[in-house]
Amino acid sequence: MTAATMDVAQPRRLSLRGSLKRNRRWALILSYVCLILFAIFFLAPPYYMIVTSLKSNVEVAHLSSNPWFIADGVTLRHYLDLLTKTLFPTFFKNTVIVTLCSVAITMVVSILAAFSLARMRFWGSGVFATGIFLTYLIPESLLFIPMFQIVRSLGLLDSYWGMVLVFPMLTIPFCTWIMIGYFSSIPKELDEAALIDGAGYMQLLLKIFIPVALPGIIAATIFAFTVSWSDFIYPMAFLYSGDQQVLTVGTVTSLIRGDVYEWGMLMAGALMAAAPPLVVYAFLMDYYIAGLTAGATKG
Amino acid sequence: MADVALRKVVKRFDEVEAVRGIDLDIPDKEFVVLVGPSGCGKSTTLRMIAGLEEASAGEIYIDGTLVNDVPPKDRDIAMVFQNYALYPHMTVFENMSFGLRLRHAPRAEIRQRVEEAARILGLMEMLDRRPKQLSGGQRQRVAMGRAIVRHPKVFLFDEPLSNLDAKLRVQMRIEIKRVHQQVRTTTVYVTHDQVEAMTLADRVVVMNSGNIEQIGPPQELYHSPRTRFVAGFIGSPAMNFLPCRLEQNGAGMSVRFTEALSFPVPESRAAHYQPHVGKQLVFGLRPEHITDPRNQDRTDRHEFTVTADVVEPMGMETLVYFRVNGDEVCARVDPSTAAEPGRPVKLSADLSHLHLIDPASDLVL
Repeated sequence: MTAATMDVAQPRRLSLRGSLKRNRRWALILSYVCLILFAIFFLAPPYYMIVTSLKSNVEVAHLSSNPWFIADGVTLRHYLDLLTKTLFPTFFKNTVIVTLCSVAITMVVSILAAFSLARMRFWGSGVFATGIFLTYLIPESLLFIPMFQIVRSLGLLDSYWGMVLVFPMLTIPFCTWIMIGYFSSIPKELDEAALIDGAGYMQLLLKIFIPVALPGIIAATIFAFTVSWSDFIYPMAFLYSGDQQVLTVGTVTSLIRGDVYEWGMLMAGALMAAAPPLVVYAFLMDYYIAGLTAGATKG
Repeated sequence: MADVALRKVVKRFDEVEAVRGIDLDIPDKEFVVLVGPSGCGKSTTLRMIAGLEEASAGEIYIDGTLVNDVPPKDRDIAMVFQNYALYPHMTVFENMSFGLRLRHAPRAEIRQRVEEAARILGLMEMLDRRPKQLSGGQRQRVAMGRAIVRHPKVFLFDEPLSNLDAKLRVQMRIEIKRVHQQVRTTTVYVTHDQVEAMTLADRVVVMNSGNIEQIGPPQELYHSPRTRFVAGFIGSPAMNFLPCRLEQNGAGMSVRFTEALSFPVPESRAAHYQPHVGKQLVFGLRPEHITDPRNQDRTDRHEFTVTADVVEPMGMETLVYFRVNGDEVCARVDPSTAAEPGRPVKLSADLSHLHLIDPASDLVL
């Protein structure tokens, strides 16, 4: 290219690209500032718990010690004492049994209910489906007294098996609602193709619907797991003996005696109790979010 | 033997009668196409044959057996859906073998049948893929393969090409015809596209508003439609319809459109139309029978000149639109014909293909 060709007049270009880049840079900076602030706000309590669980009792009790740093050296004493000198392992075992049973009952009932309400045309199915969801809107504390009477009449008071009866009551409505939405989004031609291929309704559910709706099933399972693992009010009201209690209630009642708070063990217990849901969410969070949103709209 | 028979079949949805007492006989191995506009009842009829809809009245027979109360899986039919309805979590092999696996067929037989169908449809390289890894045409072939492996008595196709682009539709049409020639199974095919109906069918059933308008081979429907609806539905571009008056004078019988424009009725047809002389009728003539006058045999042809309104060059032909008394008429001329909008153009009408329709009953005379 010669200098002569360079003299050709270039049309004036609008400088949109430059201003857009500048705006985007500011938006990005602002986003990061907000995200960092939120991260600090939400991660501060778990960080505080970790630090406290690794401090000695003396340092925890000392009013002038820095709550955010360990000055006197790390100790695992609280974790060891929790596992060996308290009923924490029993609480953990009870919680695992209650959660697994509650989740299993919830998923079996929800999937069968959602399949029949979403797919089988029968009189009243619409009313049933709405009614199931409406029961979820009742605050759980309002159901204390009737549930107490039912659990007592069944001889399950002060037994963690009573929780296996109570928790599905709390989880089935919402899980059924999620599954109805998800099953409804599956094209009806899939049912028809399977029926023509020779599938009965149970085969249709097991071989087609469950595999296709797996993200929604995982989302409902996570919800049921979270409720069953972390509920406090019902175990507090229905379980009294130490060997029947679950993590949420047992940890607090056994480590707070009058005005004496075993802070180190309390923090260690809270962290160990939070670990399983954390693991579940870490691996299945994408399914949870996809399941909640995908089931909400008709495909 | 796998014939299908419908006797006075009715389907009501609340107070709406979607299918109104139709009778239809489909012999063994025949390829029958149900064609008609949206809402005419063709898909509902197909779904009643499949058992996906229950007939409100009437009887449905497959291979001589009354199947009204027989569930779909026991009717020995296979269906191909408009949106393929492939199982998204299964591979192509698993999709095609699903029906056989449900029936506990031996593994060797399953493999042999699936591979046979895959070879016919060109799917051998794709057996391990999932539907989301396939194109639209490939998915439709898998859906057809799933139907073929069952060796059913009847194939049912519910607008299988509607979701494909125009080019792919042509390719798949040929594919379906080739498969039918190889597999030779009674087939009921539903479409709203009359080109598909004409090219695929042994016989076409034209439906309108829940009724059967006419049944016959494609050429019979094209040349001898019995109603105005069939005459206008079959053929693209559609048949031209013009109100006219049937006249007779010393020169012979003619149809008059305006003071200035009339066409002579061929002598061979005059006797047939004699009872209707003096009546207001509807004149029907297909665009392909109004052409340019060059190199045409003059028998039963009438040349006339009109002013072109719109000219559409299609490449292999040109469509010339003109008006007669406000009604639009379409002619198909050679692409070399000099036709321009607003300019006179000389045309030739092949009146041996004219149709006269009674406007009161819409029946072709």
